[in-house]
Amino acid sequence: MQYDKEFLIGFYRTMVRIRNFELKAEELFLQAKLPGFIHLYIGEEAIATGAMANLRKEDYITSTHRGHGHMIAKGADVNKMMAELYGKETGYCKGKGGSMHIADVSIGVLGANGEVAGGLPIAVGAGMAIKMQKKDSVVVSFFGDGASNRGAFHEALNWASVYRLPVIFLNENNQFASTERVSETTSVQNIADRAVGYNIPGVIVDGNDVIAVYEVVKEAVDRARSGGGPTLIEAKTYRIKGHFVGDPVLYRNESEVNEKWQFEPISRFESTLFEMGMITDAEKESIWREAEQEIKNAVNFAEKSKYPEPESALQDLFESDTGYDY
Amino acid sequence: MKEITFSEALGEAMLEEMQRDPTIFTYGEDIAKQGGIFGAYKPILGKYQDRILDTPISEEVIFGSALGASLAGMRPVAEFHFADFLFTGMTAVANQIMKFKYMTGGQGKIHLILRGPDGISKSAAAQHSESIETLFMHIPGIKIIVPSTPYDMKGLFKTALKADDPVICFEHKMLYAKKGPVPEEEYYIPFGKADIKKEGKDVTVVTTSRMVHESLKASEQLAKEGIDVEVVDLRTLVPWDKELVLESVKKTHRLVIAHETWRRGGWGAEIAATVQEEAFDYLDGPIMRVGAKNVHIPFSPPLQDFVVPDYNSVINEVRKVLNV
Repeated sequence: MQYDKEFLIGFYRTMVRIRNFELKAEELFLQAKLPGFIHLYIGEEAIATGAMANLRKEDYITSTHRGHGHMIAKGADVNKMMAELYGKETGYCKGKGGSMHIADVSIGVLGANGEVAGGLPIAVGAGMAIKMQKKDSVVVSFFGDGASNRGAFHEALNWASVYRLPVIFLNENNQFASTERVSETTSVQNIADRAVGYNIPGVIVDGNDVIAVYEVVKEAVDRARSGGGPTLIEAKTYRIKGHFVGDPVLYRNESEVNEKWQFEPISRFESTLFEMGMITDAEKESIWREAEQEIKNAVNFAEKSKYPEPESALQDLFESDTGYDY
Repeated sequence: MKEITFSEALGEAMLEEMQRDPTIFTYGEDIAKQGGIFGAYKPILGKYQDRILDTPISEEVIFGSALGASLAGMRPVAEFHFADFLFTGMTAVANQIMKFKYMTGGQGKIHLILRGPDGISKSAAAQHSESIETLFMHIPGIKIIVPSTPYDMKGLFKTALKADDPVICFEHKMLYAKKGPVPEEEYYIPFGKADIKKEGKDVTVVTTSRMVHESLKASEQLAKEGIDVEVVDLRTLVPWDKELVLESVKKTHRLVIAHETWRRGGWGAEIAATVQEEAFDYLDGPIMRVGAKNVHIPFSPPLQDFVVPDYNSVINEVRKVLNV
């Protein structure tokens, strides 16, 4: 496929924005400025970026505990994301959720999720709604390799297949479920092979190749929009960072990480862009500077924002106001 | 007033609201062709076939998908088949449905209903007989309706179908065939409003579901001895009608709480604690609780009868609190 420059630069910009957000989040966490836990998406940016380029605002996604990249690629406000990481009242969840529960229902993000495979049943439900409303929207459900060993994954794929729901199950196989290697905990070599059991297409793609991801997801999205049902896509990637910031990483060697870093998606795509003559050094510099500035502004916004009033902890359980105390 | 069964009342509520609101749809096991194991959906069959779906036995998706469907603008009514099988998909309920709105800072309208049968029947044994409503009162994030009559079933369920928050409805198996008066005209029953099923002056019995009927039976027996029991049906547990309970206790000065679920840690303990905190000076005796013994529901009829409370259990506790 031929793509114009603006389209490809768009991929690059999104990946760079995600990378900058994550690098800053890591730095802030290590400075003890952020409470809780942070799970970084560094090295996996191509998947969210390539996938989301196929989606409209009214399409839905369900995300994971490693969800910052999905949010940014779907069009979330980085100020509100960063404020949530700080636990401030201006955050996406008014400080009630933190990194693992960021959501923006208004742009179709039906939640990051602290539970492995927690998003898949939700995605299936959104798919049922779309089908009943006779719309041509789709749902992309992101999940990790570990999630494919949970019952919810198997229930969701069977269900989506039976009802031919417009759901794309997008597996981000970063090789590690927390500290455990996928190869040691999973019965199949390729998670995409599991699609056979549910009578749906199963596709493997290089998750560090943003254009490849875009094209594979495009085919699945087109099929889903036209009533062709779900697809399981396995995007093979590698988790460059530990499970969480501060992970002692006792389960692999640094040399393995260094080797994998050679294939990280941003510099790879950058080389492609240079080879194609689609980007200049000046353009590259300006994209990085803009992204750095954007994230710097987000940190500023978050730091200037107030912590929520303690009593606000008693709000937001219900839409109607009964049922809090008794 | 017409006389209809408890399950017909549920069917009428569904039918009326489905006519009004095209986003309502329902799914679960054994409902689309069978009309539900207890026939609750028979009034809908043939009318809304595209909005009533039989599903795979996949509880985590039955419950979790209701959250996704409600966020995407529908009003799903998901059936849990037996209360015991809520555990099978419990993570979708407790970790997703009940937490979503709060942990996202109030986003989305989670207008979904989980409904199905609970409680004992004729020797269904430990995995088809549980009453677990207390768990959903303990964990924040869902409203609980526990109707005891066709009138309450219909009125509460119609309110649930208009609510913008998650609701769980426990329908006792022994009540489905029970008949009762239901008005021809449309009505809704608000959540958090208890109903005095029988007025009395000597002792208050706070109860729900099947135990409302057992408590009424107990009150008839006790009336023969000159003991005047007030039976308060809470109807909803989240929220529960604290005002009415306190008012009743201030009148009778004595309280018994009766539920089918286990006595230990059952919701009766919450009511008892609240009443002693807020109306201690009005009490003329200890607050007594009726509940199942702390074992699972056994199979053999004499064993089940021994473990699960009935009207005699209510009578015994009333006698204790009155010292007679």
